[in-house]
Amino acid sequence: MKTLLLRRLAVLLPTLLLVSMMVFGLLKLLPGDPALALAGEERNPEVVEYLRQKYRFNDPIPVQYAVWLKALVHGDFGTSVRTRLPIGTMLAEKLPVTVELAILSMLVALLVGLPIGIFAALGRGTPFDYGASLFGLAGLSIPHFWLGIMLILLFSVNLGWLPAGGFVPPSESVGRNLLSMLMPSLVLGTGTAAIMMRHVRSAMIEAMKQDYVRTARAKGVRESTIVLRHALPNALIPVVTLGTLQFGELLAGAVLTEQVFSIPGFGKMVVDGVFSRDYAVVQAVVLCTAAVFLLMSLIADVAYVLLNPRLRS
Amino acid sequence: MSSIETVPVASQARAAAPSEIRRLLREPSAVIGATIILFFVVLAVFASWIAPYDPNSPDWMAIRAAPGAAHWFGTDDLGRDVLSRVIFGTQASLAAGIVSVTVAVLIGLPFGLMAGYFGGLTDMVISRFADALLACPFLVLAIALAAFLGPSLQNAMIAIGISAVPVFVRVARAETLVVCTEDYIAAARSQGLGHLAILTGQVLPNVLAPTIVQATLTMAIAVLAEASLAFLGLGQLPPAPSWGAMLDVARQFLGEAPWMAFWPGLAIIALVIGFNLMGDGLNDALNPRH
Repeated sequence: MKTLLLRRLAVLLPTLLLVSMMVFGLLKLLPGDPALALAGEERNPEVVEYLRQKYRFNDPIPVQYAVWLKALVHGDFGTSVRTRLPIGTMLAEKLPVTVELAILSMLVALLVGLPIGIFAALGRGTPFDYGASLFGLAGLSIPHFWLGIMLILLFSVNLGWLPAGGFVPPSESVGRNLLSMLMPSLVLGTGTAAIMMRHVRSAMIEAMKQDYVRTARAKGVRESTIVLRHALPNALIPVVTLGTLQFGELLAGAVLTEQVFSIPGFGKMVVDGVFSRDYAVVQAVVLCTAAVFLLMSLIADVAYVLLNPRLRS
Repeated sequence: MSSIETVPVASQARAAAPSEIRRLLREPSAVIGATIILFFVVLAVFASWIAPYDPNSPDWMAIRAAPGAAHWFGTDDLGRDVLSRVIFGTQASLAAGIVSVTVAVLIGLPFGLMAGYFGGLTDMVISRFADALLACPFLVLAIALAAFLGPSLQNAMIAIGISAVPVFVRVARAETLVVCTEDYIAAARSQGLGHLAILTGQVLPNVLAPTIVQATLTMAIAVLAEASLAFLGLGQLPPAPSWGAMLDVARQFLGEAPWMAFWPGLAIIALVIGFNLMGDGLNDALNPRH
């Protein structure tokens, strides 16, 4: 296990460094002068030059990268051009919002994807199975933002049951917070539920074909025990890996959902950053999502080994 | 937006052999998918003849008119015919699906072949770059790239294409690794064939089938990504019709004109389903394990 962790870390760190290089290099090539953007309305050449010096925009790109990376290691992501706030503070404020959205969406995905996948596998070839396949196809094909718009149209505009957008912090009211997150997490969770359902179904079909299931049947074990005790735990091993990886995907998928429901999270931060040429913010968000994604894949690998007795030794 | 999943396809499958095409025609999902795609191709190519109105000409007397005999899908905030705009919007979405995936295949396939064939340092360098690109979530990367290139359909297609490159590197690399263990590669080497001849003559044809399957499934993702970028204002620029941009405008008039949001979304779903079904069907037909 220790070797596995070390080996995975040895791959993860250079990958993260490479991501940071790509993100930095790419955003340095963005059109527009960051010093001019920082100067705002006031285009005084002296101010612009001062800002250029202060933020070292005149230095060669590798030097700028080294300075940036050094600051990053110390937790300093720079300052946002638009809000003038330290990006670290902004991240600390926005990340919990997106993480909450991702957790709730994962909950939706599990509650919907798991049972449908299991029952579809058990009733292979039945109308329910075909319905589940259809759900899987729809979940993969419906754009999040369109589903969001349609839910707003139904539940907010027509029925007036749910708020059309906005975010209520849990510190203000837990009930209203959950209410404001209901539609966004349904929207974001549907796609993941579809992926989850497809994997659970095939993993379950595979598990039900195994020798230990046949042995249990031959011993006269009840079908429900076979499913719950023998097949399901084995079928769920790859699902845990998938779920962990999908969690990283959910953080990224939140971009459009947050845009549609005006949720002040990570996704909205990156979109606002792109449009206000706030280089540092975009860099920070892309890098953070990549870091979370890599961390999730590490956890997925470790979980896979931990849950699989054959690999544990 | 879902992630791009790589689909394992046995390397021995060769594309476009007559028996494969016959098998493909027996796959209902492939036939339905192909029909849907063909429908949209016809719409895109003959849009000028099929669309009842000019997609960009406003009608100030029919602003946000509900669907009716004159305008089947209603009109938008400028009185433009929604049906005509959906029909013309097909061009942007299809182009995005096809062009961006072509970009991804043209870059990813050669690198994947090289990584799998040469191994060693070449493999390590290419794989690390692919891993780094894969670590940046697809849509976030596409947004950052599209922002860097500037908002336009062409740049959105390039951004999506580059974001999808690592998927094809992975598929091509994995298949090449399998193919390279085959006897006929050793035979080709013993005949004194050069690397390029082996790669293009022996390896490439065997890697094509899984690449085609992956390309079709990635087209579905690319259509969704283009719509997402256009929705954010990073794709096709107005007034040219694009499904994603139409949805962005429609959001502001949900109460007054819900039809503005309904039809472009339905079109996206139909085209994406077409590519997904076609991809699944191709996978079943070209994969001997099925």
